[in-house]
Amino acid sequence: MEPILKIDSVVKTFPGVRALDGVCLNIYEGEIHTLLGENGAGKSTLMNVLNGLYSPDSGNIVIDGSPYIFKSPKDSIRAGIGMVHQHFMLVYSHTVFENILLAVEDIPFFFSRKRLKKRITEIIRKFNISIDLDEPIWKLSIGQQQWVELIKLLLRDCRVLILDEPTAVLTPQEADRLFRFLKQLRSEGKSIIFISHKMREVMELSDRVTILKKGSSVKELLRGSFDENILAGLMIGTDDVPVWEKTEKTFDSIILSIEHLYADKDKNMSDLIDFSIDLRKGEILGIAGVAGNGQKTLAEVLTGLKNPKAGKITTGGTDITNADSRQSHIAGIAHVPEDRKAMGIAPEMSVDDNLILKSYKNKKFRKLFMQNRKAIEENAREQIDAFAIKTGPKGTPVRLLSGGNIQKVIIARELSLRPSVLVALYPTRGLDIGSAEYVHKVIMDAREQDMSTILISEDLDELLKLSDRIAVMFRGEITGVVDPKKTTREEIGLLMSGETLP
Amino acid sequence: MIEILLYATIKAGTPLLFATLGAIIMERSGIINLGVEGLMLVGALTGFSVAYTTHSLFLGVMAAFFASMAAGAIHGFICVYLRGNQIVSGLSLTMFGIGITSLFGRSAVGLTIHGFDRTPIPLLSKIPVIGQAVFNHDVLVYFSVALVVCIHLFLYKSRWGLHLRSVGENPAAADTSGVNVNLYRFSAVLIGSGLAGIGGAYLSLAYTPFWVENMSAGRGWIAVALVIFAQWNSTRALAGAYLFGGINAVQLRMQAMGTSLSPHLLMMLPYIFTIIVLIFATMRLEKGSTPEPEALGVPYDREDRK
Repeated sequence: MEPILKIDSVVKTFPGVRALDGVCLNIYEGEIHTLLGENGAGKSTLMNVLNGLYSPDSGNIVIDGSPYIFKSPKDSIRAGIGMVHQHFMLVYSHTVFENILLAVEDIPFFFSRKRLKKRITEIIRKFNISIDLDEPIWKLSIGQQQWVELIKLLLRDCRVLILDEPTAVLTPQEADRLFRFLKQLRSEGKSIIFISHKMREVMELSDRVTILKKGSSVKELLRGSFDENILAGLMIGTDDVPVWEKTEKTFDSIILSIEHLYADKDKNMSDLIDFSIDLRKGEILGIAGVAGNGQKTLAEVLTGLKNPKAGKITTGGTDITNADSRQSHIAGIAHVPEDRKAMGIAPEMSVDDNLILKSYKNKKFRKLFMQNRKAIEENAREQIDAFAIKTGPKGTPVRLLSGGNIQKVIIARELSLRPSVLVALYPTRGLDIGSAEYVHKVIMDAREQDMSTILISEDLDELLKLSDRIAVMFRGEITGVVDPKKTTREEIGLLMSGETLP
Repeated sequence: MIEILLYATIKAGTPLLFATLGAIIMERSGIINLGVEGLMLVGALTGFSVAYTTHSLFLGVMAAFFASMAAGAIHGFICVYLRGNQIVSGLSLTMFGIGITSLFGRSAVGLTIHGFDRTPIPLLSKIPVIGQAVFNHDVLVYFSVALVVCIHLFLYKSRWGLHLRSVGENPAAADTSGVNVNLYRFSAVLIGSGLAGIGGAYLSLAYTPFWVENMSAGRGWIAVALVIFAQWNSTRALAGAYLFGGINAVQLRMQAMGTSLSPHLLMMLPYIFTIIVLIFATMRLEKGSTPEPEALGVPYDREDRK
């Protein structure tokens, strides 16, 4: 059988990076083809080439035997390729209807809303999706937004559908539903390119797997010839993965207590509603939930970036709810922010300087009015050794480091202040397995030294592995607190979608 | 008295209306143009000079449209294709407009032409009071009102309008749907600039009609503010433009009647009002959902790595 889509030795370079280095990929009719690779392996870049967003430096795209050159996404659409991007391509202030219209080419200049709506409703019904066409996108849940993206592709009659990490933002139940849907499409003869690094999903769905590493394809495997270990081995290669173990612990004292906390709403985000929980000394408290259900607000309130509307936060008997009493205690709460490049570092400054962003006022780093460069460099050397940070030549701006190393810089800085509480938002998001495990190990080590961690994550496996307790959030409220040793993914999934347990 | 005030309101509001509509089209595509003031001046001088030499007001208006379009093309090229800073580019466009019109406009100062005449609309103009005030204007006034309706229909009922709005909100979403983002943005800047030019031409061909240096007197800036007041909506722009026209008309009336207030204070009124409007508009913006195009002022680069 001939592949319907063939990518032949595609090269794409960005200033300073060779993102794709001769990638080959064959897609056959009616298959689910998984692209597997660590972050930075070039999966998204390759898909953006296929989508017409990036034009490749060299290489060919061959469809049904004839070569294609995509000058813009329009050409790619015409060739029958559609993509659901990791960051949805939706106009948030427009309605569902308007967003779908945008994707449809053959509508008359002055369009009749009624007739078009009928056509769209028919398709929606065929696939058993429930969505209100007149609702603006920003009011929809992220899962629903993804359906809108899928409807857009279906209306266009795509032959090849690309889904870039579609399950990252879904509850387990929503993901299952998506998988059933994808299988239905496969049986209709559509080809699906699926990007994920969750092994469970890859095993469930894939007919064929291509593994990417550092911009080139290292191996293509057919169903039956791979299992989780083979895939993981091929993906990671020579980089060694740190190992750690979770020790049994008992917790007796409470370090941080949050009582009936309410906080204001940010755009598109849930506020906190009557949020109460106690953080015990030395424990890792996992917070599960689909992103955008108030996790960020919680972190911001705890780390002093935002003031709560009502409620009380106490630590060791001191009330630190309000700004004044707060300042001195905030120092004891370290913060690993969600957006590491925007909030975690000063991107243009060197690693040395980034490591003292929070302690530059410390006497150690001062000499009268001047900085004590020697002490700063000494401090950097220590941290770089301790956390095995790979930096470039001296003075390299920190933004040029890989995601994993940037995260290490942030964690090194936060932990060097010897905090009593660490608030970590999605600390391993987008990291390769080696770096992710390293972050886990660091958090575990800190647990050994009785530091408490609030670990906010959307990766259930991570939460189940690390946490001593897991609190699940939905629309700003805690829907349940579960014991990771006794709970199931299904149970957490139900709580994530706002249901309560019997 | 009311009749005269109403008439003067519409007349003073019309140049603002043209300029605001132009700015709305541009900003809907995601491009801020702070050069509206300069574009109005270019339109005013070109319109006047061409009308003076050809004795055709229609040619004057057309010339104003195309001259401002050409000047706006510079801004469009810098912002859309070179992805430059829209604020800096717009400000320099205003300075360019002021400079070039005062240079080439010297010989036109003091000349007079016969401006647009009033064209009463049959029947409607016979209605007492509002007939004369509303339905007995020059053709440009009617044209501007027709434009309001057309732009509204275009934005909300047509495919291109949907594309234009999407480009201004999320260019990446439009791009991946096969919409040519740069083409839409550049065209919007061209047409919007042309409309600002007609706003200028209205000043020198209908409002006064003659040319003096810097005759737009900040109306371009008011238009930029009116876009926010109008929440990027053409029908609201009509209300906003006439509100400012009204303030201007009242202010002129009071001067003519010889109040004890200093004329300098009276002349400040529209500008003070601009500030007040902006304060209220931004206060409202912070609370709920914003009507501001989300990608306003942000250059779009397809290959930008996120």
